[in-house]
Amino acid sequence: MIHTSHLSKIYKNDAVETIALSDASFEIKKGEFVAIMGPSGSGKSTLMHIIGALDTPTSGTYALDGEEVGKLSEDELADIRNRKIGFVFQSYNLLPRTTALKNIMLPMVYAGLPKEERIKRASDLLEMVGLSDRRSHTSSQLSGGQQQRVAIARSLANNPSIILADEPTGNLATVQGEEIMAIFQNLNKKGHTIIMITHEPYIAQYAKRIIYLKDGKLVKDESNHRQKKVRF
Amino acid sequence: MDFSETLQSALEALTLNKLRTTLATLGVVIGIGAVIALVSLGQSGQKAVEAQIKSLGSNLLTVIPGALRPGDIRSAAGTSTTLKLADAKAILADKSISGIKNVSAEILRRSQVVAGRNNTNTQVLGVLSSYQEVRNLQMQSGRFITETDINSLAKVAVLGPQAASDLFGDVNPVGQTIRINKLSFRIVGVTVAKGASGFQNQDDIIFIPLTTAQKQLFGVDFIGTISIQLEKQELSDQVRNQVGFLLLARHRISDPQNADFTIFSQADVLGAAAQVTGIFTTLLSGIAAISLLVGGIGIMNIMFVTVTERTREIGLRKALGAKKKWIIIQFLTESALLTIVGGILGILLGTVLSFVVSKIINLPFTVSMISIILAVGVSGGIGIIFGWYPAQKAANLSPIEALRYE
Repeated sequence: MIHTSHLSKIYKNDAVETIALSDASFEIKKGEFVAIMGPSGSGKSTLMHIIGALDTPTSGTYALDGEEVGKLSEDELADIRNRKIGFVFQSYNLLPRTTALKNIMLPMVYAGLPKEERIKRASDLLEMVGLSDRRSHTSSQLSGGQQQRVAIARSLANNPSIILADEPTGNLATVQGEEIMAIFQNLNKKGHTIIMITHEPYIAQYAKRIIYLKDGKLVKDESNHRQKKVRF
Repeated sequence: MDFSETLQSALEALTLNKLRTTLATLGVVIGIGAVIALVSLGQSGQKAVEAQIKSLGSNLLTVIPGALRPGDIRSAAGTSTTLKLADAKAILADKSISGIKNVSAEILRRSQVVAGRNNTNTQVLGVLSSYQEVRNLQMQSGRFITETDINSLAKVAVLGPQAASDLFGDVNPVGQTIRINKLSFRIVGVTVAKGASGFQNQDDIIFIPLTTAQKQLFGVDFIGTISIQLEKQELSDQVRNQVGFLLLARHRISDPQNADFTIFSQADVLGAAAQVTGIFTTLLSGIAAISLLVGGIGIMNIMFVTVTERTREIGLRKALGAKKKWIIIQFLTESALLTIVGGILGILLGTVLSFVVSKIINLPFTVSMISIILAVGVSGGIGIIFGWYPAQKAANLSPIEALRYE
């Protein structure tokens, strides 16, 4: 599903070159639950941007579902993000003063789905994250955990190939964080591919595979045999 | 996303900060309102001037003594002595000139006029009986100067309404006596008000027989103006030429360049007046257009603020798959909505303003349709032109940078 080879990203700022990612090659198959770990400055955000088609690598190749992403135009990248990637951010990033239902419908709007279908699908997704009774609440009327659950519902809007979560529990208390992990494990069980970026080891334990980054290099890539399970 | 949804989301975004939206719109409201009010008032003024000039008598040619050549010094009106009553009679009598309906000859002087204990300094106009028809004068009471008055050098007078009220107040002047330069005149009629035209107050005036004016009052043998009433306006140029050659021949002048008289038509006066009011309208509209431009810049400023404020939102929308096109459409819809609403309010404001002002300064009320259509087009255009740059800026934001923006 994801195939990268020799991915590098170099930021040029005036005369200073910063190597954010160097020579990262790995593969992620359908149905995996991968945690990408590393201290800050290790290049995990850069890697997430590239996997999320928000940015393109300086060198190396990145193929998503067999499609080479590195050479696409800005609008084509937007299309990839819309159809194939579901984002979950640390700070939720819901539209303020907008209802939960409308937030979930936003990616479907850009995909050009008819209104009736959008409403139906968004309602189903809200039910799946257990927030059917909050459909008309605006973002500010929801708790952090609820906002993140709406964000997860939104990430599933266009039935993407991968769910890309950037520190999804970073702003949440432990209990709420576990709720989010429960949803992820549940989604993973249903066949969704999940890539999660975190610097907290105990959160990474919920994944099936952990990739370690340090100074822009991939230092360790191992299966997590002691995957923590959340009781539902 | 269809049009109604785009519009709805733009409306939602604009209502989030009502005060700011109102202030931004106000610039456009004032700009468009000023343009509409000034163009409408300008056109009303133009119509009023045209109507007044037409009320002098339509299809009119006027002959005055003296040349009206650019660069020449022309002697003061009334001091040239080259036009005679015989010239006027010759024009009417000349059967080779076709298209003339009537001819009138006049002489104008200012005089002190006394009636009982009242006195006023006003215009005294010696006229022929044909003046009434040529100048389209209506009688309020009594009669106008007749042929018999002319032939008998009768000391009779017809008052304009202003002169009548100055001298007699509310009393009916017909049958009363006035003294002009110590000569007594019996009043036989009062004319209906025609209003002041650009160069002559047609109401503050006293009409007396031309012959009486020349021989008994002023002691002169020349006349001040010959008015020629035409059958059709289209004949104006033709008759002007024929009359010109007739007068040149009568005055024994071979070179038309040296003519000692000038002929002008109502169209000339109308054209000159229209030009003046046109210049004023253009100038005022220009000033109003500047305020519209300032309003547009205000919109641009607000849109920039909005883009900066919503950087995170734009980043999120792009991350979720919004193409550049969508971001541009979103922001352009917002700015166009601002200016179109402003434009509509501006049209209302301008219409009300021009109505009130035209009532105050007593002009006919007109609203220029062209200016309304133009205003709607311009206000929508302003929204798109001044919204374009901020929208581009928003669409070109990098989603990563925008999401990081605090």
